[in-house]
Amino acid sequence: MARIGVFVCHCGENISATVDCGKVAETIGKLKHVALSTEYKYMCSDPGQTLIKEAIKEHNLTGVVVSACSPRMHEPTFRKACAEGGLNPFLCEMANLREHCSWVHDKGDLTTEKAIDIVRTQVEKVKLNSALQPIKVPVTKTAMVIGGGIAGIQSALDIANTGHKVIMIERSPSIGGHMSQLSETFPTLDCSQCILTPRMVEVAQHPNITLYTYAEVESVEGFIGNFKVKVRKKAKSLDEKACTGCGLCITKCPQKKIPNEFEQGMGMRPSIYVPFPQAVPNRPVIDREHCTYYIKGKCKVCEIVCPTKAIRFDQPDEILELEIGAIVVATGFDIKHADFFPEYGYGKYKDIIDGLQFERLASASGPTSGEIRRPSDGQVPKNIVFIACAGSRDPAKGIAYCSKICCMYTAKHAMLYKHKVHEGRAHIFYMDIRSGGKNYDEFVRRAIEEDHVNYIRGRVSTVFERDGKLIVKGVDTLLGAQPVEIVADMVVLATAGVANSGAEDLAQKLHVSYDSHKFFAEAHPKLKPVETNTAGIFLAGACQNPKDIPDAVSQASGAAVKVAALFSQSELTREPLVAVVNRYAPPFYSTCVGCFLCQSVCPYQAIEREDFKTRDGKVVKTVAKINEGLCQGCGTCVALCRSKSIDLYGYSNNQVYTEVMALLNEY
Amino acid sequence: MKFGIYPGCSLTGSARDYNESVFALAEAFGLDFEQIPDWNCCGATAAHNLNKELSLALPARILALAEKNSLEEIIVPCAACYSRLVVTQHELKKNPELKNRISEVIEMDYRGTSQILNVIAWIDKYIIPKLDDKIVKPFNYKVACYYGCLLVRPDKVLNYDRPEDPQTMDIVMSKIGATPVDYPYKTECCGAGFSISRTDIVSKLSGKIIEDAEHRGADAIIVACPMCHSNLDMRRPDINKYWKTEYKIPVIFVTQAIGLAIGLPAQKIGLKRHFVEVNIS
Repeated sequence: MARIGVFVCHCGENISATVDCGKVAETIGKLKHVALSTEYKYMCSDPGQTLIKEAIKEHNLTGVVVSACSPRMHEPTFRKACAEGGLNPFLCEMANLREHCSWVHDKGDLTTEKAIDIVRTQVEKVKLNSALQPIKVPVTKTAMVIGGGIAGIQSALDIANTGHKVIMIERSPSIGGHMSQLSETFPTLDCSQCILTPRMVEVAQHPNITLYTYAEVESVEGFIGNFKVKVRKKAKSLDEKACTGCGLCITKCPQKKIPNEFEQGMGMRPSIYVPFPQAVPNRPVIDREHCTYYIKGKCKVCEIVCPTKAIRFDQPDEILELEIGAIVVATGFDIKHADFFPEYGYGKYKDIIDGLQFERLASASGPTSGEIRRPSDGQVPKNIVFIACAGSRDPAKGIAYCSKICCMYTAKHAMLYKHKVHEGRAHIFYMDIRSGGKNYDEFVRRAIEEDHVNYIRGRVSTVFERDGKLIVKGVDTLLGAQPVEIVADMVVLATAGVANSGAEDLAQKLHVSYDSHKFFAEAHPKLKPVETNTAGIFLAGACQNPKDIPDAVSQASGAAVKVAALFSQSELTREPLVAVVNRYAPPFYSTCVGCFLCQSVCPYQAIEREDFKTRDGKVVKTVAKINEGLCQGCGTCVALCRSKSIDLYGYSNNQVYTEVMALLNEY
Repeated sequence: MKFGIYPGCSLTGSARDYNESVFALAEAFGLDFEQIPDWNCCGATAAHNLNKELSLALPARILALAEKNSLEEIIVPCAACYSRLVVTQHELKKNPELKNRISEVIEMDYRGTSQILNVIAWIDKYIIPKLDDKIVKPFNYKVACYYGCLLVRPDKVLNYDRPEDPQTMDIVMSKIGATPVDYPYKTECCGAGFSISRTDIVSKLSGKIIEDAEHRGADAIIVACPMCHSNLDMRRPDINKYWKTEYKIPVIFVTQAIGLAIGLPAQKIGLKRHFVEVNIS
């Protein structure tokens, strides 16, 4: 016979201020099968837990109901206490008297009555709980890092340095990401490439890291510790082993008019190319979309000049099938491009550029070798205007969020300009200066005070060209909303940071949730910032939201630690609160009729088909089977099952029914 | 097919030229109009500054009359009337309680089913498809297309063209052979209703709009709003006095420009009614 122990917690005054805890304990104590009902000020404290442990032994309890807060925080605490008291942890339930009752109602008899009702449902439920054993799953100790920007690089190196294997996938021909495009970095103005390229080389040379560039994730199946990932290695049209990286093919390629992605379209590249001189790997790829041979069927100049005969025009894409234990998503971000801002003239006038284009202009390896020269005629601009928040914090443009990095990089841009063009004038239109970060505000002050950058607080309404000059019309809200008009030679827009192209597609392949802006969603905004809602998949860098290099690197290391912690176990333990399809002896096998409606609604692809065969191998029945490793216990299949063949451990139909009946019945 | 037309006050008064050109175009393209019977004032700027219910009831009555007369599509050439009608339809659509209240006020059944077209949308839908065969004199001029405020804003309600750098009129003009100049003053304020009370403000604002069009070598400013037209055309002497200039650039309704391109006589499309002489043919 059931012997239930009920422990009513005051939660300091959180519960007892509105609920009469004494009366709750007393009333519940009179119920059938309740062996003990008691109250305590802090049930989660050490003495509170000891109370539970000792009561289990003393009263030989078969079930425990802790009537306290939401199970979100303390269910593991009390389950552990029960286990230590000798009770199977899954025979412990929590009645939520705080969030569901005391916090949302005023003090009074009705509130106490509701509390009693809540506890009663759990007492009835726990009687039907069964002792469950945790599920064990094996772990493949190889991590996959998707994206080879600074976040991916940091994560990969950190994981690799703990001794585990890492496979890095990068869709462009080189790793390095946006950081490789930057000139100098705030707030120290150290050269971006100088601090990045050694780390890129480290990735390529690390014995634990396998690097696949020009490769994309094709599909992801499986679950934490046991992912099966298909990767498409796009054909580089090159035998990488034979190629020495001499670059002769690049210089001889007759097609030289393709906008250079790395230079943000401000330079040209040939069809066979290496994105930038420090690229890793430093081997070219053929851009088949633009290559004359692939378009017209003849040319092959690269093949003719290659001293090692490394060109392979007929090379097919290759599909790699990889066994992966954990995935770090580090696919980065992009910035808003043309047509987003017709009133700012971007895309219409050549001398209106975006922040990344300015980085290339300011970079020593850029199209102007680091001299600030405007794209239209190569002149050095005497008057330059930077517009912060071009799209960000502008719900009318569909982007309500702050892109976070623009205040700082705009200050840096203005500073770099002043350092290179001493007699020039730099103006910045801004909404607010958001410079939270170590040495960040000091950096902005330096731009204002030492480099005399003219900060104007206000928005720009329009930018247009007149007589070869750019007219920037805006407002100075610190001067009583005075209209301001600046005649500029060049305008730089700090356009909003947005999710990278393909982010949505990848999120769907990974079964990871994402927000309305297509940024990947973390499992908890504060306490689980690197986890996703899919176990074993972690986030690093700007794929989550726009962030600067220090933040991206910190998060990348955080994700690496999560992976290392996962790989420190030989097998994983999962809560056994999963769905199960019933099984009976032959000839029934199961009440499941094999309609597989459950399979189509399962959000975790956890439902498989199981065949029952006779001894001679003839299939007599096909029914659904739950993969315990994948099932998250959401219960969708249970609700949908037409023959009531599926049930959820810990939340069976019968248990839920009993809870409802407890509320309907008098006590 | 029969459309409803809502002329509003201006098309029967100061913008008779506009009205004549709209009707001339309709006739030339075989399109039939029926004026909404017993139409009333749209409320313009006055009503919605004074009384919200009134500002919705006036346009709602117009729309209800159109519905009663089975006019599924209504063309509203005046940008201000267009704005009031669309805003009313929008407000009453999202608030059924208010819709019932307004129905009570106007003592008429209002469903909100009429399609409201501004003049450019109407041209786009019914004139452009038949235009090519009709053009006899391509409009070979450089033009500055001036949209003003109410044709494209508020963006969320009208959902017509992009609010800051609209294109529809430029596209229409290029279809009749014109070359639209890159014109940043497209949606700058002309002074609107200050036309009556503060001509100095209108002179200042409209002057800038004209100056930039002249500076960019435009042969004409093209408009689709009676208020814009009267500020840029009728107030030209005040503008020239204020800025000490002698701007002569004509201001032409988009319907007049199309009329010229298909060979309609200047008289018929109201070109003789302008204050600034139209030396374009």
